[in-house]
Amino acid sequence: MGEQSPVLEMTGIRKVFPGVVALDGVDFRLFPGEIHALMGENGAGKSTLIKVLTGVYTIDGGQVRLGGEVVHINGPLQAQQAGISTVYQEVNLCTNLSVAENIFIGREPRKFGRIQWGQMRRRASELLARLDLNIDVSAPLNTYSLAIQQMVAIARAINVPTAGPAATSATGTASGTGTAAGGGAKVLILDEPTSSLDASEVAQLFAVMRRLKADGVAILFVSHFLDQIYEVSDRLTVLRNGQLIGEYRTAELPQVKLVEKMIGKELAALEDLEDKAQRSRERTAGAEPIVEARGLGRAGAIAPFDLTIHAGEVVGLAGLLGSGRTELARLLFGADRADSGELRFAGKPVTLRDPQVAMKRGIAFSSENRRTEGIIGDLSVRENIILALQASRGWTRPIPRRRQDEIVEKYIKALQIRPADPERPVRNLSGGNQQKVLLARWLITEPRLLIIDEPTRGIDVGAKAEIQKLVAELSDGGMAVLFVSAELEEVLRLSHKIEVLRDRHLVEELQNTEGVDADRIMQTIASGATS
Amino acid sequence: MTTIDATPDTGNKKDSPSNPRRRVYRPNTRYIPILATLALLVIMYGGAVANYENFGQPSVVVNLFRDNAVLLVVTVGMTFVILTGGIDLSVGAVISLTTTLTATLLQGGWPPLVVLVLVLLIGSLIGAGQGAVIHFFKVEPFIATLAGLFLARGLALFINQQSIPIRDETWKAISEYRIPLADGVVTKPVAVVAVAAVLIAAAVLAWTRFGRNVYAIGGSADSALLMGLPVGRTRIAVYTLSGFCAALGGVLFSINSTSGWALQGNGLELDAIAACVIGGVLLTGGSGYVFGALLGVLVTGLIQTIIIFQGDLNAAWTRIIVGVLLFAFIVLQRLVTRKAK
Repeated sequence: MGEQSPVLEMTGIRKVFPGVVALDGVDFRLFPGEIHALMGENGAGKSTLIKVLTGVYTIDGGQVRLGGEVVHINGPLQAQQAGISTVYQEVNLCTNLSVAENIFIGREPRKFGRIQWGQMRRRASELLARLDLNIDVSAPLNTYSLAIQQMVAIARAINVPTAGPAATSATGTASGTGTAAGGGAKVLILDEPTSSLDASEVAQLFAVMRRLKADGVAILFVSHFLDQIYEVSDRLTVLRNGQLIGEYRTAELPQVKLVEKMIGKELAALEDLEDKAQRSRERTAGAEPIVEARGLGRAGAIAPFDLTIHAGEVVGLAGLLGSGRTELARLLFGADRADSGELRFAGKPVTLRDPQVAMKRGIAFSSENRRTEGIIGDLSVRENIILALQASRGWTRPIPRRRQDEIVEKYIKALQIRPADPERPVRNLSGGNQQKVLLARWLITEPRLLIIDEPTRGIDVGAKAEIQKLVAELSDGGMAVLFVSAELEEVLRLSHKIEVLRDRHLVEELQNTEGVDADRIMQTIASGATS
Repeated sequence: MTTIDATPDTGNKKDSPSNPRRRVYRPNTRYIPILATLALLVIMYGGAVANYENFGQPSVVVNLFRDNAVLLVVTVGMTFVILTGGIDLSVGAVISLTTTLTATLLQGGWPPLVVLVLVLLIGSLIGAGQGAVIHFFKVEPFIATLAGLFLARGLALFINQQSIPIRDETWKAISEYRIPLADGVVTKPVAVVAVAAVLIAAAVLAWTRFGRNVYAIGGSADSALLMGLPVGRTRIAVYTLSGFCAALGGVLFSINSTSGWALQGNGLELDAIAACVIGGVLLTGGSGYVFGALLGVLVTGLIQTIIIFQGDLNAAWTRIIVGVLLFAFIVLQRLVTRKAK
């Protein structure tokens, strides 16, 4: 290939929001046929840069060159036409429509204005087959998992026909095998595509990415999983606080150095944590059990299981996506009703009819879908934090404003929520900070059992460490924590006890002692996969 | 060399996506409400045929279309609006404005064709205006079309508060024209217009980009925008279409009654919404079919016919039964969507 000229070149990009400089003179280059990772903490400006590229934001300064020519991108449609396609973290498709439609809507094959459904389905199948996906393309998208939806989004993204001098045009009806999977998209932006995928799905996604790369597509990849960055990317660009830190070859930058560049300080917090978990391991021996589940289950969601959680204990739930992690957690919070077994809370039998009952007993549940089930975007940080406490008091006894301010102030400081402005709508905060707000909401209710489902998904290393530290501190303070996470390392680091789930069964309980590591858990998860 | 073959081709990697673990089974759930309505219709019809003499005659069914032509046309427009997740409360008022204007202008000696084109244009314009307000100013459809309701009804009352007879020859001729379908079975032109509207709408929704965009917006307007679909244009077009259908309904109304009156079509918007819901068009948008809405209209029409055949029942029963059915269908839709979740 040799040295090529960049397909995309951004110079001196500046973007200002009221009160914040989101991007301050950032340069960014993207070459054809490379996978380029964009790195940085939450609020570093990654999302802003991507939104500039996709035309959601207009820039206040700087220049964007595409294929050598200066372009002004004024909207998503224009970005697509220019050859920049994006797959967002939250799948932005219409799940009520069929798979085929989601790939082709807006550019359906037509004859005399009439959509050619047969042809559309055939081409959708072909396109997905190239991504190793053989599914019924006429089924509505919402019948498929997030992972599949993600793949469909990519299929749509790479199928964009462009006006530019792309090698092959996807607008024609001919669809021989000669057509590259790249269709017309020159730049493909993948914003956190892996955050809701399990290991095998990630591997499949990477295979697709490498194939597109071989076709000459320039891929901008954002992920919070450092391992993934090192596995798949060729180069990376680091941003911090809206400024460019540097552009590096991935292979030449050790992981520790990368983290340092991202957060700008040496991070010892993670190592500390490990010791802490070790030290407190014996603690649970004499503690009172907070939760005792005996044969608790719900048909179709999770098979009957036994589970005991003591005060001051962190219990980790490990398992693949869809193995029943969330379903188990929802039973313990009363979000779903158990249809078998019994549950004792602090020694007394309880029936959790709905979350309100659970909340009254001192159970808090921080949901995995912070966007749809947790955060209320239009309310301020303060209002979001106060919400659960207010609900548990009842609406007839409002919390005095001064008390609200005190509490909120305290937690904004304790959790380092940024920006530290209690009156800012939560919508405007980055993902990691939204997660912290959500945690704060539950923490102020001083629960006896805190259930957190994927609290660190899609947030950066620094915030992740802070949240992990917080969990450890809470359990030190005597709170029982049920910690659900797809990241085994995280589960291992925090938990005293690990419950392994597979295919909606709780298959093993492991005390987190010396011999237990990620491999051991992986074995348990994998051992039943073939039988 | 290409690296396509370099990826390890393991068996389980391939079948994991084709057997997605989180796949939720919802066999044909999108058809359940419409099938339920169809079943209800068949049962009601069968029961009525068994109980009432002459109910089995074909003219009973044919007359359903004749008697409900106005509602049918309005419901077609409403279906588009509801599919985008919106609502149009102005259609009944647009009908009254159309009939009043039609009657007044015809009385004033305007050529019938000019009157027809003019009122259809006015209806479309009212719709387009509402759509523009909804889109550009991000006003809730409920509020925007409520304003349209008052405006149109007010205009109609301003023109004339009395019922105005239509003596125009063309209008009368169309009103009295009968189309023979079979031996002894005849129908009116208004029924043909209504059926044509249903067929055209079904084709547009199934086979045109505009139609699919309507569904996409109802599914998720934000996603539709990010996918590069013309959300604003489509949304305005949908309300324009609803305004047009309302005006067309008004014209049919004036043909049926050969008169215009500012209080005609009062509450018809609610009948149309009810028909959509009973026909399985989800009020949250993105799911439903015109044929469902047609079934919804036929159900309400059939109830009325049955009450007429019964003879000793109060007409209020129509409303009561429609109310009960609405409840039942909304609960059914909830159950279906919840099961899917």
